[in-house]
Amino acid sequence: MEWINWISKLMIPALIVFIPLYAAYFRKVPVYESFVEGAKEGFPTAVQIIPHLVGMMVAVSIFRETGAMQFYLKLFQPLLSLIHFPEESFPLALLRPISGAGSLAFVESIFRAHGPDSYLGRLVSTMQGSTDTTLYVLTVYFGAVGIRRSLYAVKVGLLADMAGFVASWLIVTMVFGS
Amino acid sequence: MVNHIWLWMILSGVVAAVVQGRVDLVTQAALTGAKEAVAVCIGLISILVFWMGMMRIAQDAGLLEKLARLLRPAVRFLFPSVPPDHPAMGYILSNISANMFGLGNAATPMGIKAMEELQKLNPDPKTASPAMCTLLALNTSGFTLIPTTIIGLRMKYGSADPAEIIGSTLLATMISSLVAILLDRWFRSRYFRSRAE
Repeated sequence: MEWINWISKLMIPALIVFIPLYAAYFRKVPVYESFVEGAKEGFPTAVQIIPHLVGMMVAVSIFRETGAMQFYLKLFQPLLSLIHFPEESFPLALLRPISGAGSLAFVESIFRAHGPDSYLGRLVSTMQGSTDTTLYVLTVYFGAVGIRRSLYAVKVGLLADMAGFVASWLIVTMVFGS
Repeated sequence: MVNHIWLWMILSGVVAAVVQGRVDLVTQAALTGAKEAVAVCIGLISILVFWMGMMRIAQDAGLLEKLARLLRPAVRFLFPSVPPDHPAMGYILSNISANMFGLGNAATPMGIKAMEELQKLNPDPKTASPAMCTLLALNTSGFTLIPTTIIGLRMKYGSADPAEIIGSTLLATMISSLVAILLDRWFRSRYFRSRAE
């Protein structure tokens, strides 16, 4: 698996060299002018995202900081013990789709309390890596082009997240044992 | 759906704060949330400016078309409504490959460029098109070969084998991506049926 790590590290420098070199050498593209022309769009795009992201992150922040999330976690507890889902990792299932930084902080807290090589440590690692922050991705990608009505995209994203968490739980239990 | 989730998060937060007799929590949380969001966008500026510049060079050199031609069958299957020679295809493919190799920073600008191109094909600019939903489904399910952030974090906390979760994560993300693609197909056909009626 070492080679994947290498590809990941070398990819960006390779792209930064390859793209302009190929363009200038084979296609006679005025690379600097081209770069500036494209880069111009970056700033307005970032600004365009601001209202969407502020709206979403304010709601997420209120939900988390006021203890509303804790309340829902408690509500689900009986159901979880019924199906033997490891309780300590459940907050991540709720946090992962709504906050990237928040879920990463939660993973760290599990690492601190149980160690990264414990069953829980491996489970939260897999859950965290199995999916992306659905609400953030939705807000940024759709916000950047001014989409307000997202059709069924949220449902698809959240259901796929759930599938990823259940899969993580089953896979980690099978591969590493509980 | 987003409207409901949004309202539900705010309402349950306010109720929770009132029950505890700490309404001030709401104000505090709202302000920190807004601050964090703006900080994220400021962070995005440099990434977007840089990669959109690079992407323009790639586009002017015809590199994106090349990439799109290379993997055409797979993308045609996922995005039947996008003309195969449309520039959106090149951006979609570069977005997917950047995600796969864990280049999160580069993947976002490429995904946004793909969205911009898809927006040009969209009859209603305020409502997402089915192709946009498919692209989003691919991105929210976060298909990646190597979860670099998590491996780094495991290293920091002294794991004996930080990379041992690569296999389980890959399998889990494949399942969530597969579910995302299948659900997207199903909702898409339902959406077209409801529009035809």
